Amino acid sequence: MALSLEDVHRIAYLARIAVQDAEARQVLGQLQGIFGLIEEMQAVDTAGIAPMAHAQDVTQRLREDRVAETDQHPLFQSVAPQVEAGLYLVPKVIE
Amino acid sequence: MLNASLKELAARLSAGKLSSVDLTGEFLKRIKALNPRLNAFITVDEAASLAEARAADALRAAGRATPLTGIPIAWKDIFCTRGWLTTCGSKILSNFVSPYDAHVVERLKAAGTVSLGKTNMDEFAMGSSNETSFYGPVKNPWDERAVPGGSSGGSAAAVAARLAPAATGTDTGGSIRQPAALCGISGIKPTYGVVSRYGMIAFASSLDQGGPMAKSAEDLAWLLNAMAGFDQRDSTSLNREPEDDGRDLERPLTGLRIGLPREYFAEGLAADVAKAVDVAIAECRKLGATTVEVSLPKTRLSVPAYYVLAPAEASSNLARFDGVRYGYRAPRYSDLMDMYRKTRAEGFGAEVKRRILIGTYVLSHGYYDAYYLQAQKLRRLIADDFRKAFEACDVIMGPTSPTTAFNLGERTADPVQMYLSDIYTIAVNLAGLPGMSIPCGFGDKGRPVGLQIVGNYFAEAKMLNVAHRYQKATDWHLRLPPNI
Repeated sequence: MALSLEDVHRIAYLARIAVQDAEARQVLGQLQGIFGLIEEMQAVDTAGIAPMAHAQDVTQRLREDRVAETDQHPLFQSVAPQVEAGLYLVPKVIE
Repeated sequence: MLNASLKELAARLSAGKLSSVDLTGEFLKRIKALNPRLNAFITVDEAASLAEARAADALRAAGRATPLTGIPIAWKDIFCTRGWLTTCGSKILSNFVSPYDAHVVERLKAAGTVSLGKTNMDEFAMGSSNETSFYGPVKNPWDERAVPGGSSGGSAAAVAARLAPAATGTDTGGSIRQPAALCGISGIKPTYGVVSRYGMIAFASSLDQGGPMAKSAEDLAWLLNAMAGFDQRDSTSLNREPEDDGRDLERPLTGLRIGLPREYFAEGLAADVAKAVDVAIAECRKLGATTVEVSLPKTRLSVPAYYVLAPAEASSNLARFDGVRYGYRAPRYSDLMDMYRKTRAEGFGAEVKRRILIGTYVLSHGYYDAYYLQAQKLRRLIADDFRKAFEACDVIMGPTSPTTAFNLGERTADPVQMYLSDIYTIAVNLAGLPGMSIPCGFGDKGRPVGLQIVGNYFAEAKMLNVAHRYQKATDWHLRLPPNI
């Protein structure tokens, strides 16, 4: 497969990472090398093999329906870049 | 005191021959003297450490000490520690003072350990040389021109230089074992699910596992017993009966069957590493073990499978760093989207961005089956290879890393070369098995060689037994780097 400069810009946008053209070109070269390595996987016939998502066969546990956490709002917001009146501030999204 | 085991330190603390304040002070002094050279720590807070030491001494005076009470340890900066800066080696968390403790930190603190500081690491644990840290590379105490390995490079260097009696690490593709090997110390990655991931900043959740790094297998057993345990806040934490992983330390190795994977001794393995590992295996035979050749045919393919799965999970896990709830936010932006994109562009380093982009790509529409699903199928085949191998042996042995520590800057230009340095460790994470590394000699440049021991699921006690018997017969783990 051939990764293009356009692909790099597209996935960078999806990943919400700003990239300039010069950086994108450099990243493209590196990603092509890495995908060269990744493509080695395609040589293996995996027909009929069940995909393995996890090392252990664990299922999501359910817990009792009771209050387990206390309100730590001010503590958790103390590390936020910008808060006001208990709310996280971000640039205006609705005009 | 530099080479004293945790057991010896505990005995002196318990007998009143040593206080935690004195012990902690001694290590803080060493950190102050040597860290400017090695850069093993990101954060040191002498006043906070000494306050913890005083509390530990008070606990002992009150008769409420455990064996670990008063023993200072260093935390890899991936573990959230309440009230301490917790950066994960990244600019994006460079101002993050954690409001809570990781489960592992809670457990060790409850046992009375004292925090010596937060150790340097590859950014978000993505790296094999500690060169991706926002805080600069760590130097290998054996040779300051060399890398310490990664991603737990700061923890490995701290223990090797005796800046801490022990440290914590995490291992997603080799990040405990490879730096332990390159710095000449011991480290164990437990079976997936044995140590809680709560408060351990996530890289690839289906592979990440915390574990101890220390001078000897005996010390590892002490620490692992304190770290392991069920935690309902980690959905993949295993609810098992607690066990003493040090219970078999002294058991003779007579009759032990060691599997030697032919792929671990093939092309790509440096001759000096091969030689040291061969001698170590011969020593195990002398101790009563037998060896048998096994095969792990998908060893090479574990690297591409890993570099699909780990970045895929990382691209999802790292979506939380958006400049809204914690961490760095770009100073200038025009709207919300621009804020996200600039915050992440400025906050993440090059390697982290590369992996997020790979992960985003392999999970994107039209590529999922070819990459992500194919990698998951390979993961099954890799786990099956180990299952077959363990039919013929009790533990698997081989090199931890194909070479000894490489020079700073030597592999930074070529990510693929860097990724291949984890070829012997990655498959163990994909299968979820426990793996460890112990020192077994030196290569041509005088840099340490690590012997990897891989066990079957939950065979930590057996692996520690093998490592301990080997360490009773050899003294590689007691060698000190020159100039420290």
